[in-house]
Amino acid sequence: MDAITVEALTKRYGATLAVDDIGFSVAPGHTVGLLGGNGAGKTTTIAMLLGLLIPTAGRITVLGHDMAADRFAALARMNFSSPYVALPHRLSVEENLRVYCHLYNVRHSSQRIAELAAQLNLGELLKRPAGELSAGQKTRVALAKALINKPDVLLLDEPTASLDPDTGDMVRTWLERYRAESGCAILLASHNMAEVERLCGHVLMMKQGRIVDRGSPDDLLERYGRDTLEAVFLDIARGTGEAA
Amino acid sequence: MTAALRRIWGLMYRHLALYRRSWPRLLELAYWPTLTICIWGFTARFFAQRLSTGGGIAIGMVMGGVLLWEVALRSQMGVAISFLEEIWSRNLGQVFVSPLRPWELVAALIAMSFIRMVAGLLPAILVAWLLYAYNLFALGPVLLLFALNLMAMGWWISLGVVSLILRHGAGAEALAWSVLFGITPFAAVYYPVAILPAGLRPVALALPAAHVFEGMRAVLQGGAMPWGELGWASGLNLAWLVAAAFLFARQFRAARIRGALMTIGE
Repeated sequence: MDAITVEALTKRYGATLAVDDIGFSVAPGHTVGLLGGNGAGKTTTIAMLLGLLIPTAGRITVLGHDMAADRFAALARMNFSSPYVALPHRLSVEENLRVYCHLYNVRHSSQRIAELAAQLNLGELLKRPAGELSAGQKTRVALAKALINKPDVLLLDEPTASLDPDTGDMVRTWLERYRAESGCAILLASHNMAEVERLCGHVLMMKQGRIVDRGSPDDLLERYGRDTLEAVFLDIARGTGEAA
Repeated sequence: MTAALRRIWGLMYRHLALYRRSWPRLLELAYWPTLTICIWGFTARFFAQRLSTGGGIAIGMVMGGVLLWEVALRSQMGVAISFLEEIWSRNLGQVFVSPLRPWELVAALIAMSFIRMVAGLLPAILVAWLLYAYNLFALGPVLLLFALNLMAMGWWISLGVVSLILRHGAGAEALAWSVLFGITPFAAVYYPVAILPAGLRPVALALPAAHVFEGMRAVLQGGAMPWGELGWASGLNLAWLVAAAFLFARQFRAARIRGALMTIGE
C-alpha cells in the first residue's frame, strides 16, 4: 500500500486555480520530489496533504487514512518541515522540541531530544532561544521538530535552505539513512536540483497548478536531452524544451 | 496521561515556559487588576465617607464589582492573548499540522486563561484586603458560582474573538483587549440594571454578567441566595457558549478552506 495517494486533487480560490486535478502516490521508503517555480502549486499541495487546507475536489489518503474524514490518525504519524513556518522565538530549542514531544505523544521526550541533538548537531543550541539562531541553525531545528515523532510520512519544503554545503550534505545523508532505516515516505519540495537528483527516485514537475511531467531524474534527463535536472526544470518553467 | 491530555499539556507548557523566563510578563498579569483596584478602592472610600448610611455596603458593591469583573476580563483576555501568541510567533501552522484537535486547542487556551486569571487577580484581592480591609471571600461559597459564571462568560466571548481573528486575521486582534470594555456599560457591574434606560435593559439581561452582579448586590444587602439570578446566568452562559462554539467550528473550517491557517498574521 502506498503511504500517500493523491487522486484528482484540485484547489480553487475564487477564479484562481491553484492546483488543477493532480494525482500521484509515494510508496514507503521512497522519496518523491515536487518541483516547480514559484506559484506552481507545491506549497498548496503540501498544505492539503497536511490537512491545513481543504481541497475543492479530489481525495488524499495518507497511511490508509482518508484526510477528509480521519486526518488526525494520519497526522500523528506524519510530520513536516519548512523554513517558512517558525517555532516560538522566545522558547529555547529544547523547550520547543519538548512542546512537540507532547503534541505528538512522544514517550521519553528527554531521550528523544538528546538523540536528535546528537544526530543533527544541536547539542550546543538546546538552551538557546529559537529566535537567536542563525537561518541554518533554525533549519536544523525545524528538521529535528519534523523528526520528533519518528514519522512514517515526512513532508519537507526546502529542508536544506540556508544550510552551508557541508551541513546540507550532512542533513541529506541523514535523511537517506532515516528513510532506509524507517521506511519513511518522503515528499520533498525543493529548488535545489542537485538535492532532488540525489534524494528522489521520482520527480513531479508542476507548473500553474498542474503536473506537467513526471519520472525518475534519469528518465527526465534522457527525455529532455539535458545533462542536469536544473536544465530540465528551466525547459519546463520557460516552455523552451520538449520531452522526446 | 491520555494522548489528548498530553497534547493539551503540551500547548500549556509552551505558554508556561514563556512566563518562566520572563518576569515582565508575570508582572503584566497582575499590573492592571492591581492598578484598577487601587483607583476604584480610593474612589469608593471617598464616596462612602460622604454617605450618611450604607457606606460599607457601597464600598463592598464597588470593590466586589471591580474584582469579579476582572475575573471575566482576565478570563477573556487569557484565551484570546494565548491564541494571539501563536499567531505572533507564526506557530499556528506547526500546531495545526500536529494531531492537536481544535477542541484540545480551546481546552489548553481555557486552562491557560484560568492560570493567568488567578495569577493576575490574587495580588489585587490581597491589595483590596490590605488597603481597604475588603475581603472578597466574605461573600461566602456563592462567590465560587459567581466566579464560574464570569469565567464562562469570558471564555465564550474570547471564543467569538478567536473566531473573528480566524475570519479577519490579526487585524481583529484589537478586539482581544477591547471587546469586554465595550460590554461593561451593559454588564451592570457597578449599578443595577434598573438604572439603564428601558431600551437597553434587554441587552443587559441577555448578558450573564448582569445577573451575576445583581445577585452579588442582593447577597451584600443581606438577601437570600440569588438562585434565580444564578440560574439565568448559567442558562445564558450555556446558550452563548454553544453559539460561540458553533461560530468557532464554522470559522475554523472556513479558515481551512481559505488557507488562512497558513497565512494568518502575515
